[in-house]
Amino acid sequence: MQTLFIKTPVTVEAHAAVVGKKEGEGPLRDCFDLVAEDIFFGENTFEKAESKFVSQAINLTLKKAGLKPDAIDLLFGGDLLNQCIGTSYGIRSFEIPFLGLYGACSTMAESLALASVTLSCGQISRAIAVTSSHYYSAERQYRFPIEYGGQRPPTAQWTVSGSGAVLLKNGGRGVRVTSVTIGKMLDFGITDANNMGPAMAPAFVDTLKTHLKDTHRKVSDYDLILSGDLGSFGMEMARELAKDEGIFLGENYADCGCLMFDLKRQDVHAGGSGCGCSATVFCGAILPELESGKYRRVLLISTGALMSPTAIQQGESICGIAHAVCFEGE
Amino acid sequence: MTQEAYRNRVKAAAPKSPLGKNIVMAFLFGGGICTVGQAFLNWYLSMGLPQKSASSYTSMTMVFLGALLTALHVYDRLAKHGGAGTLVPITGFANAVASPAMEFRAEGVVLGMSAKMFIIAGPVIVCGTLASIFCGLCYFVVR
Repeated sequence: MQTLFIKTPVTVEAHAAVVGKKEGEGPLRDCFDLVAEDIFFGENTFEKAESKFVSQAINLTLKKAGLKPDAIDLLFGGDLLNQCIGTSYGIRSFEIPFLGLYGACSTMAESLALASVTLSCGQISRAIAVTSSHYYSAERQYRFPIEYGGQRPPTAQWTVSGSGAVLLKNGGRGVRVTSVTIGKMLDFGITDANNMGPAMAPAFVDTLKTHLKDTHRKVSDYDLILSGDLGSFGMEMARELAKDEGIFLGENYADCGCLMFDLKRQDVHAGGSGCGCSATVFCGAILPELESGKYRRVLLISTGALMSPTAIQQGESICGIAHAVCFEGE
Repeated sequence: MTQEAYRNRVKAAAPKSPLGKNIVMAFLFGGGICTVGQAFLNWYLSMGLPQKSASSYTSMTMVFLGALLTALHVYDRLAKHGGAGTLVPITGFANAVASPAMEFRAEGVVLGMSAKMFIIAGPVIVCGTLASIFCGLCYFVVR
């Protein structure tokens, strides 16, 4: 069984989303708690700026909950940078017990899943799930220097700069995590790092199919099914693959990467991506709708491409992974 | 579905780069850069420099301009539209050296900037040098 049911209530106590300037100019601009004034966010390197996104997202979450860092028992988090420095330097001042994770862009669902399962064991009372990404720190690690003149193909995606944090607690009332489905790695032989949506689409469909089977539900039982960062072309492939499996993704299917930016106006090609993509869209735009009662049941499926430039240069293909977390309103 | 079948499906469905537009833009931008270079060459010649020196001065000027526009965050914006038109002329080479130099300054002058400066241009220099040796040998034999 790939799906774990969270039987003792695990609820969302507070959440926050902090984003960069470009994200703050997109369609979701009014949903975020804080928009950075520039790409450096007052720091002198992109990596430090990413860490600041993390610390600000946690600070705001704690502030909303009216808690101090010592009230948090465990923190799950990760990012795209080598050795996960975005997260670790971002949280070092908080002194919260920390488990660092790497699931590429699927890390937000991975953090939420592990936090929920751990809380449901009943030995701790509060945990935070946090992830981040930064366009410029990711570009320099995975692709070319920022000022290098190159053209991006239409399938390329734009790494979201920002961080989202969710504070979960054992018991309480409000939005609950009711089940999580841990995905398998799937490799369909895609090797183009500028076309990651289709590399992740099979993993998304597999996790969705497994989740629906394990929970005996159908697509229409959800107000919203949200993929992490498949982008416009990845979404198209996901719809096709799902159709092959007899799953029809209709109006209640959306992708965080496509929600984050105005694809025509903001020059982001196929849409947003990165660990911060599903984290900021979910924390900023979707959780409030669950809290208000507009949505009753939402399935977040963050998607990740497990690869590195080294592996690609050695001729490896790009593996996809996707984890699902089901949220239900009161 | 097999890997092969999926790859073919993705390939068939993927949105394509606008080839016609890219070719026209590359021609215009590349031609534009070369026209600027020619203008400098003519100017240097008109000031009485011999052909060989004037050519060297022109290359130096274009490399300087490429690096300057990179530093001013302009070159990458031109390249977004110009594509191969901004990549192929010597200004593209200047951009390929100046951009990592700027980027890796954050890791220090020696181990950052100096070490990473040729991360993109390095392979071009190595392969270019080898190719010129090979062509030189061919010329030597054929002659």
